[in-house]
Amino acid sequence: MKESTAKYYELLHEIQQVDFALVELNLYLNTHPMDQQAIMQFNELVQRSQMLKKNFESMYGTMRNFGESFSPTPWSWSNTPWPWQV
Amino acid sequence: MWYYEKKLQYPVRVSKCDVQMAKFLTEQYGGADGELAAALRYLNQRYTVPDKIIGVLNDIGTEELAHLEMIATMVYKLTKDATPDDLKKAGLGAHYANHDKALYFENAGGVPFTATYFTAKGDPIADLYEDIAAEEKARSTYQWLINMTDDTDLIDSLTFLREREIIHSQRFLECVEILKEERDRKKIF
Ligand SMILES: [Fe+2]
Repeated sequence: MKESTAKYYELLHEIQQVDFALVELNLYLNTHPMDQQAIMQFNELVQRSQMLKKNFESMYGTMRNFGESFSPTPWSWSNTPWPWQV
Repeated sequence: MWYYEKKLQYPVRVSKCDVQMAKFLTEQYGGADGELAAALRYLNQRYTVPDKIIGVLNDIGTEELAHLEMIATMVYKLTKDATPDDLKKAGLGAHYANHDKALYFENAGGVPFTATYFTAKGDPIADLYEDIAAEEKARSTYQWLINMTDDTDLIDSLTFLREREIIHSQRFLECVEILKEERDRKKIF
């Protein structure tokens, strides 16, 4: 594996890990809305996720569509790879 | 509305081309207890369930779409390098004749997807029990699928999906408890 490819996977996995924890906490909080500690953890991870994605996008192009991310020039959203291609 | 993010919920890797496994995996793509049925079932029920549990149905329904994408990725990767002859040998000759290598919403036996795989009763307890059963059935299917492969990369992704069914089932059970508690409180006052 090329070093640049290895870096891509490493950064992507980090995002997948944080975002998975966010999905889990989100589902949990839907049925446990008073758990303050879980809410704190959720908010911390939201911040971490946003930071990781900003960094990832600065290296590999737009990750989120419809205005959830700023765009560089040229437009990079529709570039490969798509998730099933990596 | 929904936003798209260019990532799978969990990595999907396969260590070899395995057309037969791809055929079996379509059970979770367009089968009765598959991810499409799950996503459509929950996203459809969410309009008419009590406010307290809309969020659960909305979010689990959304997560199922991410699982559908993972299954599609498995099927795509397992068949990407297959020849027509490989497809024929694995029992996908009929599929190839109709769809080439395109994905199609069908079960492992080639039966096309149908809305009759799930229902909406309008009774939240009845709907939730269907949802719990659906999760448990999907969990079983993932186990049967894991039992049929020795591809450790594929097993890793399938194990993730199997575990998610357990969590979803748990959340739906909590919804039942929340609704029963509310019903009992109304009876007392
Ligand atoms: Fe599920």
